[in-house]
Amino acid sequence: MELTKKISMFGRTHALEGEIDDFLDKLSQCALLFKIAIKVYLNEGCTDEFERKLQDVNKMESDADYLRRAIETQLYAQTLIPESRGDVLGLIENLDQLLNLFESSLWAFSIEQPDIPEEFHNDFDALTDMAVLSVETLVLASRAFFRNIDAVSDHNHKVMFYEKEADKVSTKLKKAIFSSELDLSRKSQLRNFVEHIDNVPDWAEDVADRLAIYSIKRTF
Amino acid sequence: MDISILLFLTSGLFLGWALGANDAANVFGTAVGTRMIRFSTAATICTIFVILGAVYSGAGAAGTLGKLGAIDALAGSFVAALSAALAVYLMTWAGLPVSTTQAIVGAIIGWNLFSGTTTDTNSLVKILTTWLVCPLLAAVIAMGLFKLTTAVLSRVKLHLLRTDACTRLGLLLAGAFGSYSLGANNIGNVMGVFVPSSPFIDFEIAGLFTFSSTQQLFLLGAIAIGVGVLTYSKRVMMTVGSNIMPLSPVTAWVVVMAHSLVLFLFASQGLESFLISHGLPSIPLVPVSSSQAVVGAVLGIALLKGGRRIHWRVLGSIGAGWMVTPMIAGIVCFISLYFMQNVFDQNVYAGGPGKAPVEMVGFSSPEIPFRRPK
Repeated sequence: MELTKKISMFGRTHALEGEIDDFLDKLSQCALLFKIAIKVYLNEGCTDEFERKLQDVNKMESDADYLRRAIETQLYAQTLIPESRGDVLGLIENLDQLLNLFESSLWAFSIEQPDIPEEFHNDFDALTDMAVLSVETLVLASRAFFRNIDAVSDHNHKVMFYEKEADKVSTKLKKAIFSSELDLSRKSQLRNFVEHIDNVPDWAEDVADRLAIYSIKRTF
Repeated sequence: MDISILLFLTSGLFLGWALGANDAANVFGTAVGTRMIRFSTAATICTIFVILGAVYSGAGAAGTLGKLGAIDALAGSFVAALSAALAVYLMTWAGLPVSTTQAIVGAIIGWNLFSGTTTDTNSLVKILTTWLVCPLLAAVIAMGLFKLTTAVLSRVKLHLLRTDACTRLGLLLAGAFGSYSLGANNIGNVMGVFVPSSPFIDFEIAGLFTFSSTQQLFLLGAIAIGVGVLTYSKRVMMTVGSNIMPLSPVTAWVVVMAHSLVLFLFASQGLESFLISHGLPSIPLVPVSSSQAVVGAVLGIALLKGGRRIHWRVLGSIGAGWMVTPMIAGIVCFISLYFMQNVFDQNVYAGGPGKAPVEMVGFSSPEIPFRRPK
């Protein structure tokens, strides 16, 4: 009986593997949508197209939340990977936080509709690129954690690199904002939006650091 | 059958219970300790396969133990098994993995000393050498198996969840193999001392095969082991797993496989006759300590990893336990034999004073020529 249960467990395992992959797909797609949404905002302002992208991110975040809960429940209900499930749980929840950051950032754009002067567009664009690259690389590192533990460090160091680059761009951008002729209130508002985007690579780096530890723990 | 015979067998059953309580942890301890397999599943599989191993393949290793000191009186067998069981129980109670093999050898030597029988040095040397070889062989097998397993897992790049499912299945199968090997190799420790005075008679089952008296004795012992597994092994299982070194589930599988292979090598009559028929040096059929095999396997892997995470203090206490076990068993046996003979007026060796509860029909002790003249 236990043997049949074990064999059927391969089926359940397969389904759960699919759910984890789906969750990571959602995160990656959310990052790409975020990038498009920021570009739309910078070029066209808070248009219907931007709102549609926001709704897409919103829906994707909800779907990812549902997947996260399903994954966590199955890991504990079926007592799977007892040695690593705490780490997997931590990883999934921290990755989910990135989805929340994308969503809250776009909501802030939608609600406050900041007027971003043209001269800052390139740097906002570059900062968004770095943020999205850091998340996409983190998704690769996370996939490697599940399938090819040796490759985690190959991706992780790139996450660190993109975070550093994002820091450089955000610092430069903040300096430019505060040296401009804008009102202090607008300067503060724009600084907040820089930080909204910059929070993404910062968090991605934190997750990558944890992932490095989880990987060490997983070596045979 | 005389009721007193069954009474005398109870010490063997007690020893079997102690072996089950203690040694099942070597087979399933890591799997249960790391929650990869539920205790109830582990205990059930362990019990079934211990019985199969003991009844089907138990005769080989039991024979060597008989040569060390063929206890030729039922009361003597009772005391020897009881002393060994007490030694094992004490160590189990202290939460330390202990060797039933060492306990019973200590008890047999205690009986030899009491009865004036010269210990067969050939058998003793064979057993002691095997005790040294056993952990070394387990270490070497574990190192090779660990290298192979990690190489395969790195190459096939299984998903974490798939690796987990495969490891669970692997631990279950390795546990079943380990339990079979444990039954085959260690049943001699439990019931070996009763073989010369077995109260059972051979009978045929449906004219297909003969269920020998020894097999019946081993079945009884194996059931006692099973009861030990089911009733008392959980505590040791929970403590033994990561005591020497923290083990990952895959490493745990390697340890159980190395342990099981070593026990199987020292118990398989089939392998022995295969080696002999091909002109190869044969492996002696000797009861070996499953605890030593596990410790050897864990150490082998630890050394492969640089030896940094070994808990040397725990290892030291296990080593000390191994030294102390045969001594306790031997001393307890010697003293108990004195009381059994002089207080309870029982015959504890052939030709000795006291009443004999069973006639030793057809038993010819190979140790008689070694007996000191009175």
